[in-house]
Amino acid sequence: MEVLLPHSLDEALAMKGERPEAIPIAGGTDLMVDLNFGRRRPPAMIDLSRVSVLSGWREENGHVFLGSGLTYAAIIKEMTAFKPLLQASRSVGSPQIRNRGTVGGNLGTASPAGDALPVLAAYDAEVVVRSGARGERSIPWHAFLTGPKKTSLAADELIIGARWPRRRGPGSFSKIGTRNAMVIAVAGLCLTIDEDGRRVNVALGSVGPTILRATEAEQQMAAAMESSGCWQDPSITIPDQVINEFGDLVAAAAKPLDDVRGTAAYRRHGCRVLARRAITWALDERRLPAWL
Amino acid sequence: MVVRVKVNDGWREAEAWPGASLLTFLRERLGLYGSKNACEQGECGSCSVWLDGALVCSCLVLAAQAHEREVRTIEGVTASERLHPIQEAFVEAGAVQCGFCTPGFVVAVADLLQKDPDPSPATVREALSGNLCRCTGYQKILDAVSLASTRMRGRT
Repeated sequence: MEVLLPHSLDEALAMKGERPEAIPIAGGTDLMVDLNFGRRRPPAMIDLSRVSVLSGWREENGHVFLGSGLTYAAIIKEMTAFKPLLQASRSVGSPQIRNRGTVGGNLGTASPAGDALPVLAAYDAEVVVRSGARGERSIPWHAFLTGPKKTSLAADELIIGARWPRRRGPGSFSKIGTRNAMVIAVAGLCLTIDEDGRRVNVALGSVGPTILRATEAEQQMAAAMESSGCWQDPSITIPDQVINEFGDLVAAAAKPLDDVRGTAAYRRHGCRVLARRAITWALDERRLPAWL
Repeated sequence: MVVRVKVNDGWREAEAWPGASLLTFLRERLGLYGSKNACEQGECGSCSVWLDGALVCSCLVLAAQAHEREVRTIEGVTASERLHPIQEAFVEAGAVQCGFCTPGFVVAVADLLQKDPDPSPATVREALSGNLCRCTGYQKILDAVSLASTRMRGRT
């Protein structure tokens, strides 16, 4: 086994081009567990923790770019305007884990339980990847996450970050687990409202082979807000029956399995509850005056 | 591979298997046994150290990732022969039973009190959420944090 220690992105991309079998490591919070337990013995690893250009974020042309090396601790400190992302980041592991774990790691591991992933899906994010030989490409999140722990990343590519259009409107991330800290979500949900596009986005984690969007529920709620006039006038209430239907549609979008952390039935029920709460929080938040 | 790390103010170097964790390197190559090896998956916090000033689980850091970087361990929590006020508070409050989790807790508490000398109970719980203790039921640990916080603020 060999560890390669690049100091720049170009150096890292050249190494990945020459050694496509090398596994990138950044925070190590996933990969080290496999190494410690002898479950994985990669022939080589590329340490990305010194490639500082990956660990920033910026806003550009109405979009947000989040570098793959940005830790959850850094998001909590710096990206306070992005509430669902902030909430998801706070729910990751523990302080020790948040100081190391990165969004790039969630993307690379591609576990359906990665807490940042439902947020990126609700944001309609693209994953930005780069190869030394072929340059950069952007892949929509659903085309990047192809299955449980499977991605469409090519062997000579590295994950550079994620990019999404900046939108106006409330949103939240919430998840179900046995305690607040150190929990792998039994079900996770991100809901965002796009005031200008008049859309409701709902993404689910831990309840399917990969991250899922509840498109029927999204359309049902956006239409209910349209027909009631709620988009223009947030004081108009959405009836409980519509909220319950929304919860049912979100639950129907889940494709859960029974496993050690929860049954499929419990997960589906969890999605329903999370969905009803999330839409209620969002509608309530829309009623607050802008200055508050 | 040779890994060179600044540990508790002194540069140390030793041979390491490329897949070795920083925890294994500290314990088995540098003879620093204070950081404990328990879960090896970041769940328990017993191996907590600072890497370039950030609190981390040393079991989840590749030793090679710490190459040419600065690590502070429980052994470096105080320069003197006397116990650190946090360690004294743990002893006095009965926050130590089997003692296995204690080094990780002391490091995590030191990290907390350095950022927030007078933390709220909720802050203490969140800050220590990555450290497990199977003996004390945590109340005595929370008492120790409160005692240490009071004393350390009195001294500075």
